[in-house]
Amino acid sequence: MIEFRAVSKSFSGGAVAVEEFSYVLPSHRTVALVGSSGSGKTTLLRMVNRMLEPGSGTVLIDGRDVREFNKVALRRSIGYVMQDGGLLPHRTVAENISTVPVLNRVSRKEARVTALELLEQVGLDLTLADRYPAQLSGGQRQRVGVARALAADPNILLMDEPFGAVDPIVRRELQNQLLALQSRLGKTMVFVTHDIDEALLLGDEVIVLRSGGRIAQVGPPAEILAAPADAFVRDFIGADRPERVLRIVETQGRKVVLDQAGRPAGVLAS
Amino acid sequence: MTWLSTSWPRVLELTWSHLLLSLPAILLGIMVAVPLGRIASRWPRPGGIVLGAASLLYAIPALPLLIIIPFLFGFPQRSPTTLVVALGVYAAAVLVRTSADAFTSIDSKVRESAIATGHSAGAMFWRVDLPLAVPVLVSGIRVVTVSTVGLVTISALIGVPSLGTLFTDGFQRGITAEVITGILAVIVVACVLDAICVVIGRKLTPWSHTRSQPKRTHEPAGEAKA
Repeated sequence: MIEFRAVSKSFSGGAVAVEEFSYVLPSHRTVALVGSSGSGKTTLLRMVNRMLEPGSGTVLIDGRDVREFNKVALRRSIGYVMQDGGLLPHRTVAENISTVPVLNRVSRKEARVTALELLEQVGLDLTLADRYPAQLSGGQRQRVGVARALAADPNILLMDEPFGAVDPIVRRELQNQLLALQSRLGKTMVFVTHDIDEALLLGDEVIVLRSGGRIAQVGPPAEILAAPADAFVRDFIGADRPERVLRIVETQGRKVVLDQAGRPAGVLAS
Repeated sequence: MTWLSTSWPRVLELTWSHLLLSLPAILLGIMVAVPLGRIASRWPRPGGIVLGAASLLYAIPALPLLIIIPFLFGFPQRSPTTLVVALGVYAAAVLVRTSADAFTSIDSKVRESAIATGHSAGAMFWRVDLPLAVPVLVSGIRVVTVSTVGLVTISALIGVPSLGTLFTDGFQRGITAEVITGILAVIVVACVLDAICVVIGRKLTPWSHTRSQPKRTHEPAGEAKA
């Protein structure tokens, strides 16, 4: 459980990134923080593993103020994935995945065994283990980034716009992979994105942020789609986009779903 | 070439002395310049002062330095140690700027993600910053190596034997072959040490000269398994 208690943060230029943000993120669930740039979503995320310290207020993990933890130990106990994987270019794939176990003085042999297992779990071929990041595609690097975050079996996973740098097809694959992993592992996951569709797809709960980290709406994806709280949320989720408003017609004995413009979106499962 | 045929053992001996003066000076320079460069890259303001001071050091002419150093450190006036320290100072002065650049050039996103995965300050230096600085450091060390090998010849002026002795001796006794041998030997030593730097640099950076995967029209095998 991650709890934000009246957290505020402003940067040296005087810009207020987050103002009085309070929220409790439930354990073993995925919470998607979504907002445009300047909404403070990344700032919030980075306060969990103390990459940033709150100006005021507290962040608690399982009831304990993160400031009580040793920074380095805290970061090792939390999985962190950033855009393009954030891999170390001078380490092989297997070494990258083993980063945290090796820092924790697990033997290299043991760490490698874990690394190879994880490589398989994130859907990568074992032959990639001894490649360097520069030799991988963007999607592969991203998967290695996820594997690295999982290597020390953390309870919490922080995802900082991890799939922002890959093309839409690969992004879709990565999202599905993450959903599958998460349904198996049940981590407490915080997923930051500016892509509302990604947030609706991955979040058990979605927090829509307006500027300054103020919560515009919180709820399960379906609820947010069904009842946007105000014009800001309506606009943000694109409630008026033709593909958001669907209707059903019957064709060839099956129920076909059409969007507002009449383009077929799919069929209803019978 | 008759001179060389009789004197080659002397040349070998001087080459050896030359190496014994150059290598410690180069190592001293590296050991001073790398930490200073890292400090300069992390804290640019005091770093700027360090870099400025280093340039000033390089502006001190060599001969006065050879007189000042024994005075400062209490070494005997004409010892090899004096020379090693003097040349180490020059080596550090030249290398410190490259060293600062080497650390500054590291991708800040890589550093940030390394910090976020729980590298301590020590682990950051040894496991992330230093290895990633190696390619640029090596280019600086090559310059320093070659210039130090050349500079060591001034040892002859304070009576410490090195390949420079072949110049002073050759000039005094009018043996052109000896002078030419000295020049060639210095060039050979410089080239060999430079080549060794290149080899060590490549050994330390296996990642920087691996070929990227050839572009394929299909996603590579690993991707499809999803």
